[in-house]
Amino acid sequence: MSTTALTPRPVRRRAARSPSGALGLGVATLWLSIIVLLPLAAVVAKGLDGGTGTFWTAITTKQSLAALRFTVLVSLLTAVVNSFFGTMIAWVLVRDRFRGKRIINALIDLPFALPTIVAGIVLLSLYGKGSPVGISVSYTQSAVLLAFLFVTLPFVIRAVQPVLIELDREMEQAAISLGASNLTVFRRIVLPNLVPAILSGAALAFARAIGEFGSVVLISGNIPLHTQVSSVYIFNLIESDAPISAAAVATVLMLVSLVVLLAIRGFGRWGARYERVLERDGR
Amino acid sequence: MTVRRPWRLGLRFVALGYLALLLLIPVGVVFYRTFEHGFGAVWDSVSTPAAVSAFWLTIEVTAIAVPLNTIFGIVMALALARGRFPGKGLLNAAIDLPFAISPIVIGLSLVLVYGTTGWFGQDLANAGIHVIFSVPGIVLATIFVSLPFVVREVTPVLREVGNEQEQAAATLGANGWQTFWRITLPAIRWGVAYGVVLSVARAIGEFGAVSVVSGRIAGETQTLTLLVDNRYGNFDIAGAYSAATLLALIALVTLLAMTVIRPRREENE
Amino acid sequence: MIAATNITKRFGDFVALDDVSLEVPDGSLTALLGPSGSGKSTLLRIIGGLEAPDAGQVLINDRDATTTSPQRRGIGFVFQHYAAFKHMTVRDNVAFGLKVRKQPKARIKERVDELLGIVGLAGYAERYPSQLSGGQRQRMALARALAVEPEVLLLDEPFGALDARVRTELREWLRRLHEEVHVTTLLVTHDQEEAMSIADHIAVMDHGRIEQVGAPRDLYDQPANPFVMSFLGPVSKLGSKLVRPHDISLSQIAVEGAAQAMVSRIVHLGFEVRVDLMLAEGEAVEVQLTRHEADELELHVDDIVWLRSAGAPALSA
Repeated sequence: MSTTALTPRPVRRRAARSPSGALGLGVATLWLSIIVLLPLAAVVAKGLDGGTGTFWTAITTKQSLAALRFTVLVSLLTAVVNSFFGTMIAWVLVRDRFRGKRIINALIDLPFALPTIVAGIVLLSLYGKGSPVGISVSYTQSAVLLAFLFVTLPFVIRAVQPVLIELDREMEQAAISLGASNLTVFRRIVLPNLVPAILSGAALAFARAIGEFGSVVLISGNIPLHTQVSSVYIFNLIESDAPISAAAVATVLMLVSLVVLLAIRGFGRWGARYERVLERDGR
Repeated sequence: MTVRRPWRLGLRFVALGYLALLLLIPVGVVFYRTFEHGFGAVWDSVSTPAAVSAFWLTIEVTAIAVPLNTIFGIVMALALARGRFPGKGLLNAAIDLPFAISPIVIGLSLVLVYGTTGWFGQDLANAGIHVIFSVPGIVLATIFVSLPFVVREVTPVLREVGNEQEQAAATLGANGWQTFWRITLPAIRWGVAYGVVLSVARAIGEFGAVSVVSGRIAGETQTLTLLVDNRYGNFDIAGAYSAATLLALIALVTLLAMTVIRPRREENE
Repeated sequence: MIAATNITKRFGDFVALDDVSLEVPDGSLTALLGPSGSGKSTLLRIIGGLEAPDAGQVLINDRDATTTSPQRRGIGFVFQHYAAFKHMTVRDNVAFGLKVRKQPKARIKERVDELLGIVGLAGYAERYPSQLSGGQRQRMALARALAVEPEVLLLDEPFGALDARVRTELREWLRRLHEEVHVTTLLVTHDQEEAMSIADHIAVMDHGRIEQVGAPRDLYDQPANPFVMSFLGPVSKLGSKLVRPHDISLSQIAVEGAAQAMVSRIVHLGFEVRVDLMLAEGEAVEVQLTRHEADELELHVDDIVWLRSAGAPALSA
C-alpha cells in the first residue's frame, strides 16, 4: 500500500442529508409554533393574566370544581368499561370466526370517522327523548358516560388487536400442555402480554374523553353541578365573555391531558421492555 | 388457547351485543329516522341555501387545511425519521398536542391569539384581516385539529422503508428533488394517502374548535357540523337528522377508503 | 484509481476508522476483508460519499472527491439488501440513473437491453423486484449500477443476503463480468473464501485499521501478523510458531527438532484427512493431510508421531 504523505485535514461536516433539509425543518417548526404552540401558550398566559389568586379563584368555583370532578370521574369510568369490552371485542375479532367479521372490523373505526356532533345525534335518536325503545337517558349523567363510551370505543380495540395477532400461540399451547386451564392461560399468559396495550388504549380513551365536547353537548343538557363537563363549562365561560376564567380552567384541563400524554409514552416504553431485552441478548 | 364452543359463542354474543347497542343500532336508527318521511324531504332539507352554503364552506376549509397539513406532515416526518438534531424528542411530543387537547381549548387558544382582543388580533384587524368569527379562523382551527395525522402515518412508513433506496438513487446521480419525487414519495404514498383520509374526515367533522371561532353566521361562517347543531337547537329535528346523515355518509366513505388503503400501506416489505 | 488517505471516522466514542489509507489500482477487483465491526463497510461508504469522514481525503481518478456529493462521484454502488426500487419494474430500475441524467429514450432502451442481456435478465424487464429471486435482484442492482458507466464500482457485501449455492454462482459470474467490463471495483466481504476466489488484491481490516494489503496468495503465504494469518485460513500452533495445518509434516520416527505428539482423532473428509493430535505438553494440534499421505502413513489413534513445520514460513505467535 503506497500512500502519498498527506496530513489529515478536517472535513466540512455536511448538514443532515435529509431531503427536507434544515430549511424544511425550520419552516415546519415555525408552522407548528404559529398554529399550535403559540396559541396554547396564550391560554396559559391569559389564565395567569389576573395573577395566581384570580387563577385559583377561577378554577375553584363550585361549578368549575364540579365540572372537573365529574369529567375526570366519567372519563375514568369510560376508560375502565371500554378496556373491558374493548379487550373482549379485540379477542373476538382476532380469534373467533363468523360471517361479516371483516365488515364489523371496518365499522369499529366509525366513531373516529363520525363528526362528534353527529355522534351526539346518533345517540339521541335511540337513547334520547322520544326513544323508539322507550329508554331515555337525556339530561342524565349516564348520557355523558354513553357519549364518552361511543367516541372512545376504538382506542382499546385498536391497541389490543395487533398485539393479540402477534402473540405467540405456542406460549399458550405450552401452558396448556403443562396442564393450565383456559382461564389460567388467559390470566397468566395472554393478559400479561396485553396489559401494556390495554393501558395505553385506556389512557388514549381517557385523554379523549377529558376534552370531549361535540358528542355530549346535545344529550347531556349541560346542567351545572350535575351533567356539565369541563369543556362545556369552558365554552359557556367563553360565550359569557369571561376569557380569563375560561383560560384558567382550560389550563387545568390541558395539564391533565399532558400528564396522560406522558403516561401513554411511559406505557409504550414499558410495553416494549421484553423486546428490548431480547434484542440485547441477540447481539 | 382453544376455547370451548359455548364460551366462544357467549363471548361473541356479549362483544357483538355491546357493539350493536352502542354503535350499530344507533347509527342505523339515525338513517331510518332520516329517511322515514321519504327521500324528497331529505333532499329539500339538505338543499336549502344555508345547507348548500355550509356544505361548500366545509369543502373550502378542508381543501385549504388538508393540503397544507400534508406538506407540513411529509416535511416533518422526513425530519423526524431521517434527521438528527437537538430537541427532536420535544418536537415529536409537541406534534401530538392537538390529539390530547380539548377542541374547546383549541378554539379558545386561537381566539386569545388572533381574536380582536388577542395578541395579534388588533394588528391583523388594522391590516384588514379578520381571523376570528370569519373563515380564516375556521381554517386555522381545522389545521390545528388535523395537524398530526399525516406526520403520524408517514413517520413509521419512512422508518420501515429505510433510506437505502434513497442512497442508491443518490449514487445513480439523482439530486434531492429527483430522489424525493421518484423514490421517497412513491414508497410512502399509501401512508400519505391514509393520513390524508384521516385528515379529511377530521377536517369535515370538526365541531368544538370551529364552534368557538366561527361566530356561526348562517350563509357565511356556518359549516356542516355547526348546521346540525343549529338546527337541533332550533327544534328542526328532521333537518338536523338530514344534515347528520349527510355527514355520516361522508364518514362511511372515509371508512371505505381507510379499509382499501390500509392493506396497501402495510405492504412495505 | 481510488485513493483514500488518512481516513478517520468516529461514531460517538467508537472509532470506526483510525487513520486508514488505501489504494485501489485501475481496473483491479480489490476486496476489503474483515470481521464485522472492522470498519470495512464504513470505508466503502466514505469512498461512495454515503458517509462523511471526520478527517482524510478521497481521490477518485486523481480528483479530490472528499466533499463531492455521491451524485457527482461517478460511482456505482451495490447494497447488501439490493435497495431495489420496489415500485418500479426491472427496466425502470436499471434505467433510473440514465433517466435522471435526461438521456434520450432510444439510447436508454438500447443501454438497458444491453445490460439486462449482460446480467442474464433479458426476459425479466417488465417484472417487479418482488417477482425476482434474491440472486436476480442483486444482478438487477448490479446492472442498475453499471448502466451509468461509473468510473468505479463499489459493492457492499453484495452476496451476503443470498444462500450459499447462489453465492458461489454469483461470485464466479462477477469475476467473469469484471473481466469483460474491467471497471475498477472495490468489494466488501467478511468471507475469506469469497475474497480469495475473486479479488486480485485483498486489504484485510480489523478494528478500524488495515492490517495488510496484497495479492491473495501472498497474504495466505506471507501473512504480516497472526490476525491476518488466522483470518485467511485455519492455523495450528506448534510450539511458539503458527503454522497452516497442511504445512505440518508428520513422521513416525523421531526427527531432530520435531515435536512429539499422540494421535487423538482421525477424520476422513474425502480428499482431505484431518488429524487431531495432542502434544507432549498437552496442547492440541490439527494437521491436514491428503488422503494419499494418510494412506501411506497408516495412522491409528494413540500412535506416537513427530511433527515439524514443512518448509513454509511460519509466524511467531
